[in-house]
Amino acid sequence: MAMVDDVLMRAERLTRRYGDIRAVDDVSFTLSKGQVLGFLGPNGAGKSTTMRMLAGVLAPDAGRITISGNDLLDQPRQAKRAIGYLPEQPPLYRELTVDEQLRYSAHLHGLGRAASRAAVEQVKERCGLTGVGKRLNGNLSKGYRQRVGIAQAILHEPPVIVLDEPTIGLDPIQLREMRKLIGGLGKNHGVILSTHLLAEVQATCSHVQIMRAGQLVYASALSELERCGQSTRLRIGLHAPPPVSSLARLPGVERVEELGDGRFRLHHAPGFAPHRAVVEQASAAGWDLWELVPEHVSLEQIFVELTLGGEKAE
Amino acid sequence: MIFVIAARELRSLFLSPLAWTLLAVVQGLLAWIFLLLIDDFRNLQGRLIGLENAPGVTDLIAAPLFRVAAWCLLILTPLLTMRLFSEERRTRTFDLLLSAPIETSAIVLGKYLGILVFLLGTTILVALMPLSLAAGTSLDFGKLLAGLLGLDLLVASFAAVGLYMSTLTAQPAVAAVSTLGLLLFLCFTDFASIGRETADNLLGYLSPLRHYDALLSGLFDSADAAYYLLFSAAFLGLTIRRLDDGRLRD
Repeated sequence: MAMVDDVLMRAERLTRRYGDIRAVDDVSFTLSKGQVLGFLGPNGAGKSTTMRMLAGVLAPDAGRITISGNDLLDQPRQAKRAIGYLPEQPPLYRELTVDEQLRYSAHLHGLGRAASRAAVEQVKERCGLTGVGKRLNGNLSKGYRQRVGIAQAILHEPPVIVLDEPTIGLDPIQLREMRKLIGGLGKNHGVILSTHLLAEVQATCSHVQIMRAGQLVYASALSELERCGQSTRLRIGLHAPPPVSSLARLPGVERVEELGDGRFRLHHAPGFAPHRAVVEQASAAGWDLWELVPEHVSLEQIFVELTLGGEKAE
Repeated sequence: MIFVIAARELRSLFLSPLAWTLLAVVQGLLAWIFLLLIDDFRNLQGRLIGLENAPGVTDLIAAPLFRVAAWCLLILTPLLTMRLFSEERRTRTFDLLLSAPIETSAIVLGKYLGILVFLLGTTILVALMPLSLAAGTSLDFGKLLAGLLGLDLLVASFAAVGLYMSTLTAQPAVAAVSTLGLLLFLCFTDFASIGRETADNLLGYLSPLRHYDALLSGLFDSADAAYYLLFSAAFLGLTIRRLDDGRLRD
């Protein structure tokens, strides 16, 4: 039963209405240790509402959330001790310094005086905040505020970390550091993050769930996605292309699509890419090969299909 | 946990110019009134000597000063309490408290305690003025203490109203105006009920000001103290309910 022990958070049939709108509709999932779970969806899909419910800030209309075995509604204190939460807007008091803010947050999570001091120092190191401890939150740039927000979410070492749009407003270098940080957190914690950026999920997450109009429309491990989306297509570019029929005769090729400008898409069975045959034939017959790209079913395609497909249906 | 929140509240209060300005204004206004009262007392002194059972310095200076202080604080307390929850909601810092392993009651009591400590400081500064007369004359310390206690109980009830009002809106100014409105209404019911039928009198009994006068005259009635405690507790209860509800509705 190792699987069960590793489950850090379990959400069952979460539903939340705002008036007549179902912002979150019957969402269930689990988070295990070592997972970085990305909630992906267009704006207004119900990601933030879900995050708020997971953090105990908002109560669900129906459904339940258990964190490390504690029900969030019945035993809120025990359950909340196990969560670190970064809301969409980092909750920072403008008039406090970074050190004061972090120490306050540590106290709120029940850390004693000495323990908070140590935790604050450690987390500042981890989030690249060592130089700014004495600065006021109100004077920090967006990137630094975001980092203080994350530091605040992880400083009491919670098993579950909920990050709502953690990389918004960061410059490319900070973005890379942040991804590294989140990846590192994923080793010893369970991380849930929401984003509307696909690249974000591909860069940091181990699992992905796509939300649309309050519903979970797709859930999978990224590795599985890669396996399903294992290349079944090879795009080639030739300066002196032969007739399509001779490409179709190459071993392993099931179908050929002509893309124009000397480009072709060769469909093949997964795991049997005919690249070797293409290269050999191209040099033997003088096709003058200039491009050879295996095409993956990207997350983007799934995302666009799921989200746009839904809009058309509505 | 209550103290952690109270300490943060106090700290933020003193980091903003608002608290200092309020202290300065209260102290300045009341110092001026204090001097006027001393002046009046000096003019009256000659006639008082002949009277039997004449009111003393404490009655003629401390009590009126505390009465004016009550009105000053009635107007200024809403400005202090307006930010308590509305500001946290507006700047989204409230999420930090809500996601932390703390009960709603601890959040409410922590904030209330923070404001109370500030108000207690303010009233002690006010009480120092009549106390300074002890250098030159003999004071009725019992009356002075009763008056200070009355003032503290009164502002504690004001603060509880303000705390509740600030949960109703994300706009601090709206919270301040509605607190002031409700407090003025409660105090006016005292005037309105004077010399009227019993029904109005009942409303008058609910007025915080009515229970203040007895304490100012040095009469400590546990019913009055209980009134203030119940009044504050009622509004604190409403605040906790409102916040727990907000988590459900928002």
